[in-house]
Amino acid sequence: MFRTLLSGLRPPLAEPPVPDTELAALGAALDAAARRRLGRGLAIRAVDAGSCNGCELELHALGNPFYDLERFGLRFVASPRHADVLMVTGPVSRNMRAALARTHAAMPAPKWVVAVGDCGAGCGVFADSPACLGSVAKVVPVDLTIPGCPPPPARLLAGLLALFGRR
Amino acid sequence: MSEWEAMAARLAAGEATLLGLWGEPGRVHLAALEDADAAPAIRHLSRDCPDGRYPSIGRLHPAAIRLERAARDLYGLEAEGAPDRRPWLDHGAEPTAYPFLPVTGAGLHQIPVGPVHAGIIEPGHFRFTCDGETVVRLEARLGYAHKGVEALLAGADLPAAARIVGRISGDSTVAYAIAFARAAEAALGTAPPPRAAWLRGLLAELERLANHLGDIGGICNDAAFALMQAHCAALRERVLREAAACFGHRLMMDAVVPGGLAVDLHTGGAVRLLALIAELRARFRGLVRLYDGTVSLQDRTVGTGIVRAGLAARFGAGGYVGRASGRGFDARRTPGYAPYDSLAFEVPTRAQGDVNARVWIRIEEVTESLRLIEQILDRLPEGPVHAKMAAGAGEGIALAEGFRGDVLAWVRIEGTTVARAHLRDPSWFQWPLLEAAIEGNIVADFPLCNKSFNCSYSGPDL
Repeated sequence: MFRTLLSGLRPPLAEPPVPDTELAALGAALDAAARRRLGRGLAIRAVDAGSCNGCELELHALGNPFYDLERFGLRFVASPRHADVLMVTGPVSRNMRAALARTHAAMPAPKWVVAVGDCGAGCGVFADSPACLGSVAKVVPVDLTIPGCPPPPARLLAGLLALFGRR
Repeated sequence: MSEWEAMAARLAAGEATLLGLWGEPGRVHLAALEDADAAPAIRHLSRDCPDGRYPSIGRLHPAAIRLERAARDLYGLEAEGAPDRRPWLDHGAEPTAYPFLPVTGAGLHQIPVGPVHAGIIEPGHFRFTCDGETVVRLEARLGYAHKGVEALLAGADLPAAARIVGRISGDSTVAYAIAFARAAEAALGTAPPPRAAWLRGLLAELERLANHLGDIGGICNDAAFALMQAHCAALRERVLREAAACFGHRLMMDAVVPGGLAVDLHTGGAVRLLALIAELRARFRGLVRLYDGTVSLQDRTVGTGIVRAGLAARFGAGGYVGRASGRGFDARRTPGYAPYDSLAFEVPTRAQGDVNARVWIRIEEVTESLRLIEQILDRLPEGPVHAKMAAGAGEGIALAEGFRGDVLAWVRIEGTTVARAHLRDPSWFQWPLLEAAIEGNIVADFPLCNKSFNCSYSGPDL
């Protein structure tokens, strides 16, 4: 098993951590900004408020070896009690309204909210559905919106950078 | 006995398999496959419900119960004699007030989980009743991602409807789009050009590859074997990047439309995809060896979360859930559609029905998808990729095989707009089996079992 394991780990499978130069610049800036603001790390709690799961796939991709968001000190955490940032996907279905509000309320201050994707932003295909509230901002205060259907991982990283740049 | 009730009896006797049950104002529909049919075709029944009532199918055939509950919430249609009259998609004003089924016994305790979960997961609630570490009963409550899909589809023009359909379950956007496009084409009698049909197959297999790779890694990660996750996630990312390079979108959303495709394979795409296949083959082989040869991992997956073959057949569970429990159904074969009717591929099945079997079905399907993509690229016809949809009115129904199983699409078109449409996610017939699979397992194995199913929440929540 060790042979398989080690041969599998050898490059090029483990890609260079940052394949795109754009991403490299982004990462460097995010690293500096994040450290200034929050010391060594930033904890993110993701809530799906009725997304189609497309945004979840791209949030997941942030953890793959190509983007590896943990090298920036960014990580997804299991509890809102541990979180600095709430990333919310979906048009906020009526059935998720209470859960979203309660998750936000459970986070300690200071806290930031990122509305992810066209649905979270209020311009997705479900925005006008009577079964949905229409956008994340209808339920919790939004600090940043990252549009896209779904936003690709590089844009999600760029969005987190923008959040730090602004504050 | 009415045709409707006769079908209920055949479903209950196991002579037919339920494909879907759905409503519209004043009318209820059912689709099924009959085992007796030599060349299986989708049987579509519908009946008027002037007083808002129809005889329950779920009374005789449990696979219909949740579908009937959904039809009641959405259209007020009462299934007479239904065994479960609780709401399903409609959570009402007080979302926490839901009468879970009672479980009684000495020393039992309950663990409520969700709708907000620990990871990056869709919303759903799981109510575990446990005896120590052992799960005695799991009851899932879904519907949190209900977005009013059918209400939005009613009255939408075809392009707008296709965009909505592509976002019912984002991980299966291609499969949904193909099912809907084929139903719409059947309704209006439009045939997509041959190149479009073949490229649809290519898109569908890329989607299957990406999802299976993600799932194999995810399942191993839920058994605390993160190495596999890192490797598989990297391969998945490679597929998504090639999809973006070849079709302009990582998940290939909005590529398939009624009439054909909205986008042709980009120049140089075939060369890129062949290189991708070679790379995946070379790397995947080692990962399969790693999975198969890691005893501590096998210890978690073998014998865990067993779905018995009889249950999989009774619920008509599609995809890897059905195939890992001996049900070899695949919509690409039965009823079958282009381009698969002229391609060579195997539909793997296993008998064990455990997490390990569901991993192996995925592993074997990765290999088959690679073969299929090669065949498609080799024989891809030239020509246009879109035909103008005929105008008119009609009704169409179609199946398409997604990575998770068969997606059913039904649509009625009047003029240039969708009068009514319904899309049935494969998860409708898989979620109930998860409740059976976890019984007698330990709570800590639930994430593993759940990931091995990887059911959609958004898809059946509509």
